[in-house]
Amino acid sequence: MTEPLLKVEALEAGYDDVQVLWGISLKVERSSMTTLLGANGAGKTTILRAITGTIRPYSGSVVFQGEEVTRLPAHAKAACGLVLVPEGRQLFGDMSVEENLEMGAYCHRARSKFSDQIEQVYALFPRLKERRRQKAGTFSGGEQQMLAIGRGLMAAPEVLLIDELSLGLAPVVVQQIVSALVALKKLGLTILLVEQNVQLALALSDYAYVIADGRPFIEGSCREVAVKPEIRQAYLGL
Amino acid sequence: MTALLTLVGLGKSFGGLRAVQDLNLTLNEGEILGLIGPNGAGKSTVFNLINGIYPPDSGRILLEGRDITREPPYQVARHGLARAHQIVQPLLGLSVLDNCTVGACFGRENLPLHRAQDVAREVADSVGLGNRLDTLASALTTAGKKRLELARALSSRPRVLLLDEVLAGLNPTETEGMIQTVRRIREGGVAILMIEHIMRAIMSLSDRIVVLNVGRKLAEGTPHEVANNPDVIAAYLGDAQLMANVENSG
Repeated sequence: MTEPLLKVEALEAGYDDVQVLWGISLKVERSSMTTLLGANGAGKTTILRAITGTIRPYSGSVVFQGEEVTRLPAHAKAACGLVLVPEGRQLFGDMSVEENLEMGAYCHRARSKFSDQIEQVYALFPRLKERRRQKAGTFSGGEQQMLAIGRGLMAAPEVLLIDELSLGLAPVVVQQIVSALVALKKLGLTILLVEQNVQLALALSDYAYVIADGRPFIEGSCREVAVKPEIRQAYLGL
Repeated sequence: MTALLTLVGLGKSFGGLRAVQDLNLTLNEGEILGLIGPNGAGKSTVFNLINGIYPPDSGRILLEGRDITREPPYQVARHGLARAHQIVQPLLGLSVLDNCTVGACFGRENLPLHRAQDVAREVADSVGLGNRLDTLASALTTAGKKRLELARALSSRPRVLLLDEVLAGLNPTETEGMIQTVRRIREGGVAILMIEHIMRAIMSLSDRIVVLNVGRKLAEGTPHEVANNPDVIAAYLGDAQLMANVENSG
């Protein structure tokens, strides 16, 4: 068995005196899609933040490509290819589409791949190419999500962590974005996905971790997890 | 069973968004009623309508038979309905005792200051803040501030208490303590309508559950009935159709 691309062990993290995560461990295999499930407030976003360095874990470890990166700052992690597409997109609203994509390719290792990456993003989301001079802040939610994913791809990720892919988006837009993810997966991109639509996440991914109250609840292949009664228990408490 | 709080055909829109539609709901004396639903279901809007933060577009709100629809929040509090907010709202520069005293002065009994202080002391004690009376609210921990939020609401001596995510941000020990406190409040004769995301907690605390989804009542029943209702499960776990559409579109 080869070493997973990303390995998280016994992660404990939170915000000041409010501890959110209690011993979270997970693995993301290269070229797989892994999903992180759990009810509101379970700690999914906090896991992504702790992995990518936007918050500093209290304890535990994050090993990426065989190297311990737990305490590296967020920008250094992004520069290694550990890239977050944050919840709510967090685009630069006054910048154009193309400028946002340029910001995604800020780190050294992404710059050399700039023209290939931007071609790939435009091929994936033709909408972004059509509107490349338009300000991001004038976009619809769906277009913004495409741009946020595009910006993430510009960083030449080894693994792309996506927080709330479909939240607040119309079903038809979700289908477009999901189709793009399916295409990326076929190209071999490694993805860690947080998604409120459990059925969608399980259908799309290979492996699932279900979190409850900041603790590991169940895990398994998506096929197994989809039929477990515990999944309902994790969301409905009974 | 006597109905303490009744919502009749309640509706509220924000622009084109129908946040709450034709909602009927009854909270009985001595009851804990849980209000649950996925993100954006309209739970907080229902609370904001009940305690008068904004007026409903349609429908009526009855508290002990009295029509309180469109009454401002301070009047609603005087009529005996109090609310503990999700984002706690203590007066940070005042002590625990003074925070509770304010609640008592502007509550159902309309107490003079010295009487209000007696009530405040008693209530602070009942939620476990009896030894922190002189502590500034700003110096309390998250769990302490949550308890103070509860104490401020209880100091108004309500008949009905709205609890908005009182367990959010608490560690497991604090959560267990708060659950016990909520049970005690009910035993003290206050009926409780609560929103809570920690499902295990709300399912074990509530006598009945009402499930909201996109502004409408989706289901109502005992926790067990609701957790096994296929519509509720679909609302929480999402629509399998989406992925099927993606696959069919190639």
